[in-house]
Amino acid sequence: MSLLKEVLSRPGGEEIRRCFACSTCSGSCPVREIDGRFNPRRIIRMVLLDLKEEVLKSDFIWYCTTCNSCQERCPQGVRIYNIMNILKNIAVKEGIIHPTFKAQVDLVGRMGRLYEVEDFDNKKRTKVDLPEVKKVFPEVRRLFDLTGVRIDE
Amino acid sequence: MSSHLFFLGCTVPVRGQNYELSARKVAERLGIKLIDEPDFACCGFPVRSSYEDTAFLLAARNLAIAEERGGDIITLCSSCTATLSEVSHRLRTDPDRLKWTNRHLKEIGKKIQHPVSVKHFARFLYDEIGIERIKEKVERPLTQLTIAPHYGCHYLKPSHLFGEDPEIPHTLDELITATGARVVEYEEKKLCCGGAILGIDEDVALTMAHKKLTSVKGEGADGLALICPFCAIMFDDLQRKVDSKFNTNFNLPILYYPQLLGLAFGIPETELGFKFNKVKAKGLLS
Repeated sequence: MSLLKEVLSRPGGEEIRRCFACSTCSGSCPVREIDGRFNPRRIIRMVLLDLKEEVLKSDFIWYCTTCNSCQERCPQGVRIYNIMNILKNIAVKEGIIHPTFKAQVDLVGRMGRLYEVEDFDNKKRTKVDLPEVKKVFPEVRRLFDLTGVRIDE
Repeated sequence: MSSHLFFLGCTVPVRGQNYELSARKVAERLGIKLIDEPDFACCGFPVRSSYEDTAFLLAARNLAIAEERGGDIITLCSSCTATLSEVSHRLRTDPDRLKWTNRHLKEIGKKIQHPVSVKHFARFLYDEIGIERIKEKVERPLTQLTIAPHYGCHYLKPSHLFGEDPEIPHTLDELITATGARVVEYEEKKLCCGGAILGIDEDVALTMAHKKLTSVKGEGADGLALICPFCAIMFDDLQRKVDSKFNTNFNLPILYYPQLLGLAFGIPETELGFKFNKVKAKGLLS
């Protein structure tokens, strides 16, 4: 499927055609200000031109801090933050995932938590009168299985 | 009034004990009963970039647990707040998505009928307790302190969920003023902490933190008050790293808002988890 069609078909992607390239998103992006390779307007433009491989294989789709400034300020109601998420999701579906995100997915899938809770942590908690917390949630793993997400141990 | 289930998320219980301790203490003083729910797991945020549907179900699972217990959710982490709020909103407005969700939740014996509401602890203080009632409890006004507010991103955005203008945020400013401290304006007030890309490009993330700290320090603030555990990792845990990268020496105390409020309530520092703050914040009042 073409990248543009796929973005248009997902919730939050429908408005991408309304972009008139004003660059408010790029002007609002805190990452763009530091590293010009990450440029939301350019990414939107590349999707509109259906440059699938160039978009999905580029590092910059992983650089969104999810701050939402672009989306809040877009005068055309393009949901840029949602589109960045859609692009990452499509990349993952095509087998391209940033190792950091892969690691996060595996941690959450295995334990139901992003950070491992060890006995040491619970001891530290009880020492300051905080209740112990659960270490693993098998139900979460089940939700990964149900949605066909493979977890590496 | 429904009961309030306390949603800790992943980061707070292991890396933000000072936040958790001070929030619990402050809640107690204000007569807010926070109920611990051991079955709450990850909100789904860390998975959203890779597997949106899985992330959605993780959030929905937590909402289903709260509904079953008959309570609403109060959060400490801003990313948990936005993720859970967004999913709750979608489930309330999109019957097809609700059906899809329940089809999956059924497999783990859960169900959603009326998605519960989700509120960040700071917003709960502002909306439900109110500035006046907070002021009444202040025993030791922090008049000698000048504090910069850091709202972070997911406490305010997407703004349609929270009803506060992210371009002119005011709730945290007012909450700080209620402690007696003076609020200082600074140019980079709305800048993101960079935490979400710390694992993607540390240089860029630390450069963002440096920008924020420079701006705050430039206005002569005694400290930065914040309300999200990941923002605290960027500004407190990693402040020394920012210093060594940029050859600076910020020495800027980073406080969770409930720590600040706790001080104003006259709660001893030892009960507010100050020993967990990386940049020394003890003795801020002496």
